[in-house]
Amino acid sequence: MEKSLTWYEFVITRLIKASGYSAILFVALIFFFLVREGLPTFWKADLSSLFSTRWYPIEEYYGILPLITGSLIVTIGATLVAVPFGIGTAVYISEIAPRWMREILKPLVELLGGLPSVVLGFLGILLLSPFLRVFLDLPTGLTALTGSLLLGGIAVPTVVSVAEDALDAVPRAYREGAWALGATRWQTIWRVTFPAARSGVLTAIMLGVGRAIGETMTVMMVTGNAPVLAVKLGSLFSPVRTMTATIAAEMGEVASGSTHYHVLFFIGMVLFLISMGVNIAASSVVFRAKKRAERILS
Amino acid sequence: MKRLIILFVLFLLFLTACSSNNTDSNPPPATYIENKGSDTIVNLALAWAETYQAAHPEIRISVTGGGSGTGIASLINGTVDIANASRQIKEEEIANAKSNGIEPLEHIIARDAIAVIVNPENPVRELTLKQISNIYSGKITNWSEVGGEDRPIVRLSRETNSGTHVYFLETVLRLGSDEDKTLFSTDTLLLPSSEGIIAEVRQNPNAIGYDGLGYVPKDLKMIAIAEQEGGAYVLPSIDTVNDKTYAIARDLYMYTDGEPTGIVKEYLDWIFSPEAQEIVAELGFVPVTDQ
Repeated sequence: MEKSLTWYEFVITRLIKASGYSAILFVALIFFFLVREGLPTFWKADLSSLFSTRWYPIEEYYGILPLITGSLIVTIGATLVAVPFGIGTAVYISEIAPRWMREILKPLVELLGGLPSVVLGFLGILLLSPFLRVFLDLPTGLTALTGSLLLGGIAVPTVVSVAEDALDAVPRAYREGAWALGATRWQTIWRVTFPAARSGVLTAIMLGVGRAIGETMTVMMVTGNAPVLAVKLGSLFSPVRTMTATIAAEMGEVASGSTHYHVLFFIGMVLFLISMGVNIAASSVVFRAKKRAERILS
Repeated sequence: MKRLIILFVLFLLFLTACSSNNTDSNPPPATYIENKGSDTIVNLALAWAETYQAAHPEIRISVTGGGSGTGIASLINGTVDIANASRQIKEEEIANAKSNGIEPLEHIIARDAIAVIVNPENPVRELTLKQISNIYSGKITNWSEVGGEDRPIVRLSRETNSGTHVYFLETVLRLGSDEDKTLFSTDTLLLPSSEGIIAEVRQNPNAIGYDGLGYVPKDLKMIAIAEQEGGAYVLPSIDTVNDKTYAIARDLYMYTDGEPTGIVKEYLDWIFSPEAQEIVAELGFVPVTDQ
């Protein structure tokens, strides 16, 4: 009995260790694959074409700038929607709402997070885009703004559930201490609970941004996919084409090994690097915040 | 533990059920038809092959795409029985075939027509090919320039990987000229599906779109098109496509080596039957025979 237990334990610890390392392995393998398929872009398509502003791959125009700006404008818009709404909801659920309200709201938000993005895209085409076209008097409702609003909606549940967990993890003694000093509820939230949960809230925002930048189906359905360089504020109200939608729309039909194929992988590489950049920025901020907290406590 | 055993037994049962499904398939088919070519026709050819094989289990039809040129080249090399093409065979291809001892015989199996559609609220009813070309290339940006209201034009197109997109580019934007390098205006919305175009045209009076004639629902307005300025404006319909008065339409072909015989002949005869031509209409093409 004793022996079989240690044998069990050995296997289980190894399994857990392996699944931990497998995450690193998979990321490395994916990146290796992306680089292997994406790097030939540099000698197959010339650089001036790659950084031009025309994307029309069937006639060898491979300008990826419109796609990058398209993804950025939609993601920034989505972040501007998701962060205030998400954090507001998290604060309400964790700090203000009565217990019964909280027990209704939390599962509802999680349910929203499980909604398939294609369903949201469908609602976007049929309801949101006609509404925006009439309401804002735009030529068409299939715009970056429509994509931003829907992506914001998709990112909100992620932001809420992570931020709410972070706020929940703040020890009750902090709040009681603030109340004892005569702080109002708002002062407690803004000056005590929120700073204490800062690293978790930041993680929530970054996860939300990651969710928004990688989302494909909804943006493909509602942003119109016109490869226009989106650099003005007005671009928010016109159609854009994102990197994810381009890969999804074109990968299915592309001849394996062609220039177009390599350029699509190159776009995947750019996307990977952007989300890695976002993650690194987030963890460095969190890391610094932790260090400072340790200094104060010691 | 008991539960685990039950699960395991269920799993085994499931496995045996799966494998028994595999073993009792039909006897091996006796004859093959190789069918290759145009990507425009590949879905139609697949649908035909599936329906035909369901009725004739002894025949296997293998359908592959690759483009009209690939299909005809394979016919010339004698590796396929039927080549699909969305264009007519070229002179040099016929010469090549003859030197290989192959006599390509043309069969028009369906027609493909593209309807240009607008919202029913839009007063514009007719356009010339040149005007549509200028709209899509970005030279015309307001409906008032082609006799409509003062509204911006929102151009809708299929994605670049769609055969319809390429055909529209060649026939309408470039007016069939090889030297013309006109491109779609960059702000053309590229929608991933026919449904996307139809949904947007249905609710947006600024929009112009195009789609296979068979896919256009009744509540959208089709534009009558004149090939030349001053020519007659023709609305797309099965009749105008078949009598060739409608400009944005083409024949779809199958080529065989000489007069087909045996199962290939039976298959081609079936293709002209009402049952097969109904599939043509279902897939958004125009049937060549009356149903």
